[in-house]
Amino acid sequence: MSSADVSRPALGVPADRRGRAASRRDARPPARRGGVVLGAVGVLGELLITAGVLLLAFLAWQLWWTDVVANDQQAEVVREQGWDRPLAALDDGPQVVTPRYDEPPVAAEPEYLTTFASMRVPRWDGEPTRTITQGTDRPNVLNPLGVGHYEGTAMPGGVGNFSLAAHRTTYGKPFNRIEELVEGDPVVVWTQDTWYVYRVTSSQVVMPSDVEVIAPVPDQPGVEPTERSITLTTCHPMFSARERYVVHGVLDYWAPVSEGVPAELVEAA
Amino acid sequence: MYGWLWRHLPGPALVRVLLLLVLALAVLAACFEWLFPWLAPYMPFNDTTVGEEGAG
Repeated sequence: MSSADVSRPALGVPADRRGRAASRRDARPPARRGGVVLGAVGVLGELLITAGVLLLAFLAWQLWWTDVVANDQQAEVVREQGWDRPLAALDDGPQVVTPRYDEPPVAAEPEYLTTFASMRVPRWDGEPTRTITQGTDRPNVLNPLGVGHYEGTAMPGGVGNFSLAAHRTTYGKPFNRIEELVEGDPVVVWTQDTWYVYRVTSSQVVMPSDVEVIAPVPDQPGVEPTERSITLTTCHPMFSARERYVVHGVLDYWAPVSEGVPAELVEAA
Repeated sequence: MYGWLWRHLPGPALVRVLLLLVLALAVLAACFEWLFPWLAPYMPFNDTTVGEEGAG
């Protein structure tokens, strides 16, 4: 080690002399060598700044632009398929339906990607109508269309567990305000012909692998259901996929769409 | 990099600035249209469903 330390300055001197001699003859070679290093550092700096700007752009796209696009697209589906038409009864009196507690009509499960129902949560005042589509994958259902229905779970009004998923952040964020729901809050679902008014019974935070929350009897897989449940699942905490926020409810009553609107929507309006 | 671009753009300074703006907007638009939608599924904050398949 020490011999190397000694030898370095000894080697350095002639190198220095060579450099000085070279610069006396021609100033360009050392300047060019320094220029290459400086240029490389400059390009690296520019690349890093560009990467930073692109990251910011990605954030803007994810947090803002996906909402703009998905909300537009979902509102378009509501308009095209006329899901807000039953709400016209709100301005017409309003005509309030008579709750029915007998056996509700239950549709058969539709094909994948069929939009078969809509929902509104009066507690989420200001939120538009969100349609419910068969399937829960992100590229085809949750990103473009909003709320998805877990395939194989009960249909609206059916005995079992009518289970839904939607984004809590980004892509229109239909379930953004899920944490505001408390026991007794109505969740209004409607198909072409029938209103189904559910009431929230409980909320919980679970791990993503806890599929028993969408079992026919929530949290009790394998048990034969007797109640008409609803379950909403979304991510938790916000901007993370570490856990899931889950809200359970049961059917309160049903009514034909032709009779008017549920009182719960009148109070919200 | 940007210096090279600046030297190779034609026209007076004002035209070059406008050209750079158009180029930047084109890059941004391409990112919004293709790059970011491709990238998003690899981001860890969009899962909303329960189940092993991790869909949604």
